[in-house]
Amino acid sequence: MCVCEERRVRANDREYNEKFQYASNCIMTSKYNIITFLPVNLFEQFQEVANTYFLFLLILQLIPQISSLSWFTTIVPLALVLSITAVKDATDDYFRHKSDNQVNNRQSQVLIRGSLQNEKWMNVRVGDIIKLENNQFVAADLLLLSSTEPHGLCYIETAELDGETNMKVRQSVSVTSELGDPNNLASFDGEVVCEPPNNKLDRFSGTLYWREKKYSLTNQNMLLRGCVLRNTEACYGLVIFAGPDTKLMQNSGRTKFKRTSIDRLMNTLVLWIFGFLVCMGMILAVGNAGWEKEVGSLFQSYLAWDTPVNNFLFSAFLSFWSYVIILNTVVPISLYVSVEVIRLGHSYFINWDQQMFCSQCNTAAEARTTTLNEELGQVEYIFSDKTGTLTQNIMTFNKCSINGQSYGKDTHTTCRLDFTPFNPLADPDFCFYDDKLLESVKVGDSCTHEFFRLLSLCHTVMSEEKSEGELVYKAQSPDEGALVTAARNFGFVFRSRTPGTITTTEMGRTVTYSLLAILDFNNIRKRMSVIVRNPEGRIRLYCKGADTVLLERLHPCNQEVMSITSDHLNEYATDGLRTLALAYRDLSEDEWEAWSESHRFADKATDCREDRLAAAYEEIEQNMMLLGATAIEDKLQEGVPETIAVLSLANIKIWVLTGDKQETAVNIGYSCKMLTDDMTEVFIISGHTVQSVRQELRSALLMWALFVFLSRRARERMIELSRRRGGGVGKQLHGSPPPPPLPLSNLMDNISGEFALVINGHSLAHALEADMEAEFVSTACACKAVICCRVTPLQKAQVVELIKKHKKAVTLAIGDGANDISMIKSAHIGVGISGQEGIQAVLASDYSFSQFRFLQRLLLVHGRWSYLRMCRFLCYFFYKNFAFTMVHFWFGFFCGFSAQTVYDQYFITLFNIVYTSLPVLAMGIFDQDVPDHRSLEYPKLYEPGQLNLLFNKREFFICIAQGIYTSVVLFFVPYAVLSNATQSNGVPLADYQTFAVTTATALVIVVSVQIVLDTGFWTVFNHVFVWGSLGSYFIIMFALHSQTLFRIFPNQFHFVGSAQSTLLQPVVWLTIALATAICIVPVLAFRFLKLDLKPQLSDTVRYTQLVRQKRRKPPEGRLGARGGSRRSGYAFAHQEGFGELITSGKNMRLSSLALASFASRHSSSWIDTLRRKKHTHTPPSTSGECSPETNQIK
Amino acid sequence: MMASSYSAKDEDGHITVSGPGGGTLRNKKPENTAFKQQRLPAWQPILTAGTVLPAFFIIGLIFIPIGIGLYVTSNNIKEFEIDYTGDDTSSPCYNCAQNFSWNNTKSCTCIIPFQLDQPYESNVFMYYGLSNFYQNHRRYVKSRDDSQLNGNIDSLKKPSKECEPYASVDNKPIAPCGAIANSMFNDTLKLFYNDPNGTSVPILLTSTGIAWWTDKHVKFRNPGGNNANLTAVFQGTVKPVNWHRPVYELDTDPENNGFINEDFIVWMRTAALPTFRKLYRIIQKNNNMAPTLPRGNYTLVVDYNYPVRSFEGRKRMILSTISWMGGKNPFLGIAYITVGSVCFFLGVVLLVIHHKYGNRNNSANISN
Repeated sequence: MCVCEERRVRANDREYNEKFQYASNCIMTSKYNIITFLPVNLFEQFQEVANTYFLFLLILQLIPQISSLSWFTTIVPLALVLSITAVKDATDDYFRHKSDNQVNNRQSQVLIRGSLQNEKWMNVRVGDIIKLENNQFVAADLLLLSSTEPHGLCYIETAELDGETNMKVRQSVSVTSELGDPNNLASFDGEVVCEPPNNKLDRFSGTLYWREKKYSLTNQNMLLRGCVLRNTEACYGLVIFAGPDTKLMQNSGRTKFKRTSIDRLMNTLVLWIFGFLVCMGMILAVGNAGWEKEVGSLFQSYLAWDTPVNNFLFSAFLSFWSYVIILNTVVPISLYVSVEVIRLGHSYFINWDQQMFCSQCNTAAEARTTTLNEELGQVEYIFSDKTGTLTQNIMTFNKCSINGQSYGKDTHTTCRLDFTPFNPLADPDFCFYDDKLLESVKVGDSCTHEFFRLLSLCHTVMSEEKSEGELVYKAQSPDEGALVTAARNFGFVFRSRTPGTITTTEMGRTVTYSLLAILDFNNIRKRMSVIVRNPEGRIRLYCKGADTVLLERLHPCNQEVMSITSDHLNEYATDGLRTLALAYRDLSEDEWEAWSESHRFADKATDCREDRLAAAYEEIEQNMMLLGATAIEDKLQEGVPETIAVLSLANIKIWVLTGDKQETAVNIGYSCKMLTDDMTEVFIISGHTVQSVRQELRSALLMWALFVFLSRRARERMIELSRRRGGGVGKQLHGSPPPPPLPLSNLMDNISGEFALVINGHSLAHALEADMEAEFVSTACACKAVICCRVTPLQKAQVVELIKKHKKAVTLAIGDGANDISMIKSAHIGVGISGQEGIQAVLASDYSFSQFRFLQRLLLVHGRWSYLRMCRFLCYFFYKNFAFTMVHFWFGFFCGFSAQTVYDQYFITLFNIVYTSLPVLAMGIFDQDVPDHRSLEYPKLYEPGQLNLLFNKREFFICIAQGIYTSVVLFFVPYAVLSNATQSNGVPLADYQTFAVTTATALVIVVSVQIVLDTGFWTVFNHVFVWGSLGSYFIIMFALHSQTLFRIFPNQFHFVGSAQSTLLQPVVWLTIALATAICIVPVLAFRFLKLDLKPQLSDTVRYTQLVRQKRRKPPEGRLGARGGSRRSGYAFAHQEGFGELITSGKNMRLSSLALASFASRHSSSWIDTLRRKKHTHTPPSTSGECSPETNQIK
Repeated sequence: MMASSYSAKDEDGHITVSGPGGGTLRNKKPENTAFKQQRLPAWQPILTAGTVLPAFFIIGLIFIPIGIGLYVTSNNIKEFEIDYTGDDTSSPCYNCAQNFSWNNTKSCTCIIPFQLDQPYESNVFMYYGLSNFYQNHRRYVKSRDDSQLNGNIDSLKKPSKECEPYASVDNKPIAPCGAIANSMFNDTLKLFYNDPNGTSVPILLTSTGIAWWTDKHVKFRNPGGNNANLTAVFQGTVKPVNWHRPVYELDTDPENNGFINEDFIVWMRTAALPTFRKLYRIIQKNNNMAPTLPRGNYTLVVDYNYPVRSFEGRKRMILSTISWMGGKNPFLGIAYITVGSVCFFLGVVLLVIHHKYGNRNNSANISN
């Protein structure tokens, strides 16, 4: 039987469905159970190359002819590493088990033999009919059979599934929606034939066979697991896919594992070290061959060859492997574990940071990935979403201009107006600061009244009045909500609407207008109008829209008001406010009748309906009277401009990628200081064709190049001039100080221009094509700020990928919405803002917090520290292990290349995991070079990370060289001293054990002194670990060399008594001191010189740099300096199509249901659904967010 | 195996946020502790001219006097060395070296006259030195059974595998087993003072007190305790192949026989380098007035048993006095003087560099 092609499910027939052995609804995200844990986990761990390598070493060590070390020198660290990882895996899996259990044990109501019974989720089978109630999670992928709502409709929220917060509508097939109650459903025995499980969230195709009839099924009939039922009392569904077959689970693929650049570098270096190891092994093996041939063969009378060895070549072969074993500590197994531990520590510091805690939303920053921390210190490009990330997505009515009079002041000057005594219906949250406007309303200024009347009538807001006076507005866009709320507070309260009427309370008096028409908004019209008839019977058209389009359609007599208002509009726009112009027109009954006729005609047209309607609208929106203008503040999140300023001082380039319109995006760009009026040029790329985009890009690049060229020439001339002048002055005035260099540098800075690039979504599509992307990247990277508007989620990801591909720079993407997920996932680091728009972005992110401004702390403080610490850690770690291991290499030349170790085997076992692990871990976790507030003060401190200065191949070689130098000293100084030295009782000191103890002690002391030098921030932990490690070395050594242990295991502890008889000798201590001095003095001198002569990283020089930067910060408050080009920031964030819904009465029922979704910008899909139902022939249009078609129709 | 990014907990997470009555909101504000906020009090040392330059001078000032002291002490130590390998035809031991064979049970004696130019005061230590002898070879080093040497009866009868191929002969265990024991140095050195009046006075050589205390008293023990009849205890074992006598006949003194024979213990303490010396005998100073070894002519009488020519080894006899710091060791003194001078010099150079080119506005700016 083949079930892979299609799936057959028969309702209420478990026997039938069991034949196919569909997956049950029990999900298992856990990997192990108690029995399988050990084998499976070990198997997984040994898939890691490093672990396998150490296992291989362990096996090598079991061959007695090769074994140069005891088995435990490898197995102890390996076991330690494996068990630490296993414990971590086990805890993770335990929590997965717990959450699995919790989910699997949720209750759902299943229809079994005609009655509803409570069943656990995991016992739900394919073919069962289950009942869902409001606000319940959907338990499996269901076919909607019936619902309590009319027409078998039900509403779901899919935030968990695809991240869209708006509600969606699902409808059952009409035949099943009539079934209704459980009694009928129990006898339902339809059979569904559908596609096999897949991960496509928006597609489903199947057929329902029932009573000899076929009904086709689409995604519209499906309720998917992970959705939540909203605004629907109850519904019934047939389980089609369960458990792992559900689309939710099919979509949860393994996430792409992100690696940091340090990781990659580390892997390369480890490979190199392996190569180095093999080379060393080869050299020593060759040496062994020579030695065995020349000396060893003659020495056989005292030392016979091992049994299988019969010639020197074979001996050399074995010696190679022996050396591989003892030299393997150059790549210590503890490296990977230590790196993980350090990163984990840094992640905790991020989680614990109080300064990244937002008390309003009670969320702390969270490092969701623990492996990327140091890359936070290397970010060069930030890709940011706008809405909800830079802005709060809260609109406030900030200023207005009524009949040539501007109202509204700076928020700090006057106290907030109190509306309650004047208006009981006022919204207490509304803020306004100018009492003149309220006075004007109170005295009954007709223009002011008309202004607010317009705001209370001309909109598509729905109202909900739960109890008398408790109004809740459900606005499609937050700007509209802000305007209607403003009108409400100033005494023009929008109360309710029906398809044909709007009821308001005007200055305490209830008025009902009859709504004659809504001339809906769209992208081209950039305005909307309503035509209402007031109770007195007068017909009036109210229109609000972008100033650019509205001011053209005014009656000529408005000239004077218009010029004042447009001045105001300019002023508002420069403040970064979103503006709308308001106007009205009185219509006579005849005019209305005539227009109504033509409108009806256009509405009914089957072809070019849109065009005809637009033409009809255009016809009546003429000769209007200007009322004024509104200015709405798209409230930026706290600290956004400052953060952006700091980040750009840190040489991080910020790109804003937004789905918003160009005007809005540019406005925000200005208000968050990404774009400034000082900029030399803001390139705008908005071509629709490949050629035009290419041309625009080229001319921008050309202009930039020209400018750079000119400014360089100018700079050269300036320098030359100043030199000549300085020389001349010097000749005339002997010994007078040369002119201060400051003005010159100032001039130069002014010359280097700043450019910005604004590119539209449709142009971006062309710019991202393979043949143009290089041009796009070079143009964009020449600019200081880049804003991409009207981009789709996919394009966001493409832009990120583009930079990753062309720039080899670390990228960070920050966003809050589902549309940012793709870019969050494709950037090196993804940051999610846990805001209002669901948690999908957070779930996809590596770091999350609730305010954009925390980004500066994340990068400049935590990232910088992490990078610094990791680099210092790695440098020291490689140094330490080379110093430790290479001693064996030198010893090889004196012990017949026999792979004899220099140290006691216990010392080798413990060196990396006990004697030297904690001090370097403490440094890796706690070290700081400058305190956090300094690195925020001086963002330039961030640059070494971007340039990879602290740990790169060069630094690595320096560390290695230092390590090798140390090993040379550590071997040859004891060699030279001890070979002839004797104890004070005449016993020679040159025995192997004394030598081993001396070298080991010198090594431990030298590496401890080195860490003392490296540690820049001595917390109590550093002290405890450094001194504790040193102490533990001596304690453990004395214990291992004690008589007690020897008496118990005489064959294991050969070094009995060595510690005391060695360390009591003054010569030994003199040797150690000598070796330490020789190792450390050059390092000290070198570091001092570097700090004294070329203090790259020194705080002091950075300080002077920053003083200069501060001085040339542009003066604040150059507002209004821009002339000429006017930015139109008209505020319409919503889509068209609402007016139609309102007038047709379609969404009147919805007003109490799904209106919350109106506030979302992604709300198009369910509206589309409704519209598609109406015009079934219209092709499914792309959602309104970015639809080039509409633009091209015109 | 479902390893996925999906976690059922996440599915849960949302309902607590959006659902009504998500419970009382727990305050998630991180604790304001110095540790969690990374504000731990810390000492932040910086390498400045004020700390580094004095350090160099101090190191120099400490090292140079120590070096001078060491050098002087080392120079006052008297040391005398004779190579008696017998490579040269002129050497008295040439014949012995040439005629050597392992089967030779009768030892060959050679007599080497020498002269001490200076009197040796206080105790004199007599060493034998071997060159090109790889006591530090891995296979050599591990070829011993410490358990057997510690007097364990089981290990005596069944030596450890490490001892192979010197663990047993004809299924009889070797005691002591292993390559180290097998190759034990067995030349006998005797010293005679040739009195100016023509008589040859034997010099008393003490053979105890030449091993580490822990070796003698802890690490090495005869099986069956110290007072047992060694011949009986070692019954059933055979002597190492190269040895002339079994282990229980190394000395007549029961305190210095068997495994606790000090010559044996000294040999078993393997050397770190292929050229080494081991303490052989001590010449105790017995008369407060006269030097231990006065100036004059001496004779070294060697029972030549130990072959080294096959592997181009050398054998030496060394006489040395010692000081508080041990034997003659000119390197240490010179090294200390050198390092001290270099530090001092570096200090001066750095001082000059710092004054000429150094970044001196450091401290001025940092306070701002």
